[in-house]
Amino acid sequence: MHLAEIAEILEAQVLTGGDRLNVEIPAVGASDMVSDLLFFGHPGMLLLTGLTKSSVVRAAQVADVAAIVFVRGKRPDRDAVELAQEIGLPLMASAHSMYDSCGRLYARGLPGVIPAGGAGAGDVS
Amino acid sequence: MTPDPEASFARTYPILGGGFFLAGRASGEVKRGLGELPLPPELLRRVVIATYEAEMNIVIHAISGEISVSARDACVTVIAADRGPGIPNIEQALVPGYSTASDKARSLGFGAGMGLTNMRRCADEFRISSELERGTRVEMHFRPRSPGAKEKL
Repeated sequence: MHLAEIAEILEAQVLTGGDRLNVEIPAVGASDMVSDLLFFGHPGMLLLTGLTKSSVVRAAQVADVAAIVFVRGKRPDRDAVELAQEIGLPLMASAHSMYDSCGRLYARGLPGVIPAGGAGAGDVS
Repeated sequence: MTPDPEASFARTYPILGGGFFLAGRASGEVKRGLGELPLPPELLRRVVIATYEAEMNIVIHAISGEISVSARDACVTVIAADRGPGIPNIEQALVPGYSTASDKARSLGFGAGMGLTNMRRCADEFRISSELERGTRVEMHFRPRSPGAKEKL
């Protein structure tokens, strides 16, 4: 599913990266914890989050996230937007809650990211 | 902690404890720098995630520290050493979900208690040692993994 369609489904405002809305998104993950993102993150995924500081943009860069949607009406701070512009990461904002945002995308057939090693802590041996 | 002069990539990054604003910058530079080498993407991804977690642990818990990254052929070594409180119980710290991060760190989305777990999962060799009131040292080695082996990241 293209980012443009996702923006439509979530009634999201595109904050930056409007020239990259033709990016194809294979899967979605939702988290307010950075390390969880790095744990289950999948290259090219869309991230739904309520975190608004630049740290989440850096983490997204590390995890090869393709775009971020800030949920429940939250807005990223200026540093986060500037960093996203610098690295070319599209940011969008939706007034819908995390739960509703996930539900809307899931209902349209967009799958969740598959955790590496299953739903548990993974293989840490 | 002197980087190997003959390595095809060797850098040391100073990390400031409490420097949340800059946090992740060293890992970003590692990603760019190593990205110029002909490394398999899955290897690069694991190195960058583990380096980021190591960097965040220094920012969250230590006074200061440094991260050295070196690469030769397709083998990457990351050493993170800090001056800080040390870890009283390493076994407990390695339990997924266990965290002693501050409220400030948690408010920024850190403190999931998955940092060391992520490092250990990403690395092919993982060693950690710590001394109370002195600091902590993590050494990680990475090699290419065959497709489908162990973990997909």
